Amino acid sequence: MSTLVSSGMIHQLEAIGPFDAEACMNCGVCTATCPLGVDLLPRRLFRYAALGLEDRVIQSSQAIFSCLLCRACEASCPAGVHITENMRVLRHWLLQEGF
Amino acid sequence: MPLPVRDVVGILADNLRLRGSVLPIPARRATAWARDLGIPRGGETVLYTGQMYQLIPYIERLVRLEQRLGDSPLARFSGVARRANRLVNGVAVVARPGASERAEYDRIPANVARLLQKSGVAFGYLYEDDLYSGALAHDLGADEAVAAHARRVAGVLRKRGVREVITLDPHTTTMLRTVYPKLVEGYDVRVRSYLEVLAERGLPVGVPLSGTVTIHDSCVYARYEGIVDEPRRLLASAGLTVAEPENAGQWTWCCGGPAESLFPATAAALAGKRVEQLRAVAPDCVTMCPICLVNLRKAANGTMRLRDISDHLLDAVTERGASAAHVGGPTP
Ligand code: SF4
Ligand code: SF4
Repeated sequence: MSTLVSSGMIHQLEAIGPFDAEACMNCGVCTATCPLGVDLLPRRLFRYAALGLEDRVIQSSQAIFSCLLCRACEASCPAGVHITENMRVLRHWLLQEGF
Repeated sequence: MPLPVRDVVGILADNLRLRGSVLPIPARRATAWARDLGIPRGGETVLYTGQMYQLIPYIERLVRLEQRLGDSPLARFSGVARRANRLVNGVAVVARPGASERAEYDRIPANVARLLQKSGVAFGYLYEDDLYSGALAHDLGADEAVAAHARRVAGVLRKRGVREVITLDPHTTTMLRTVYPKLVEGYDVRVRSYLEVLAERGLPVGVPLSGTVTIHDSCVYARYEGIVDEPRRLLASAGLTVAEPENAGQWTWCCGGPAESLFPATAAALAGKRVEQLRAVAPDCVTMCPICLVNLRKAANGTMRLRDISDHLLDAVTERGASAAHVGGPTP
């Protein structure tokens, strides 16, 4: 599968609001604690965003909008990533993109 | 198939921009709960409902409609619905809950007003200027619409000379307390939940209750606003024993409600799991958020009793407590 990489994506996200996905250590604690149990949430998604994989993020729009913003993940994240704020930034970006 | 997210978010953002609420309801409906309570207009301290409890019966009607639509070919016309909604308030046309549905949720702001009155708190109410906070649109990332709306609400508070607001629900609390200061320059309104106000003053208990309840913490109160001890202290002073469920306080488990407008099946599954956790501890459960209350009630489907915390607290401060004997009684 071809993948579109956008070096500007991270700047677009940071322009929307504080976006600290690059602080993620990819440990998986968030995925383990998420009540939705969606494998993608939030760490793989943050990797896509940090790498500028626009099309992967767009394909993940259902998961991004299904996040409950419940912060179960954030309460356990050892790196203190602002996961729910990042989710809101991704939603805003998707709406801007007219996904 | 769920409705297209973009059009649903678009309709909500249009409503917020054009009509001051994601789900605009007539002011006479939003303020009906205050009739006969003698609450003065305005003042430096106001009880601010953000219309959250009053909106629940309308949201329920819309979700039911959305579920039917989502399964029909009409879902493809959600873009047309968005354009039509810009001209005509769609909520007023399609969501018309009955009087008993409205009364069930209007009762809660009235409970809170009575609790504050009985505790000697001086407060007013903004009536038709008690606007929705923009919480749902904020969650969905409709930031421009929310920022404009926050400025509008802050402007109303400034114009009416409000220095302090007492909120009823977690979503309005976090919007007015934590989000608005980031969106509105110079915003310095003091915001406290009525649970914090009552916990600080002490509950004027008339007839202590007895029995055991379990508690469902709201994610937003517990993890966004750090409100965990206050409801427990209030329930204990009302005479109730609180049995903690699995995933309590800071580690609470979401009721699924935030997914309801876009993914109702996900919301129902989560609520079902949570009800199992709660029912394993006690047949009576206390909630403190309108979204948790409605979602868990639907999932419980009469197999356990779920009541808003204000119902219990009011029982303890009024003669209702003597005759209620509700805790441990038959499930509804
Ligand atoms: S818990 Fe935090 S650090 Fe670990 S994968 Fe999730 S976001 Fe990254
Ligand atoms: S905030 Fe979203 S990603 Fe985090 S635990 Fe809740 S539903 Fe899962």
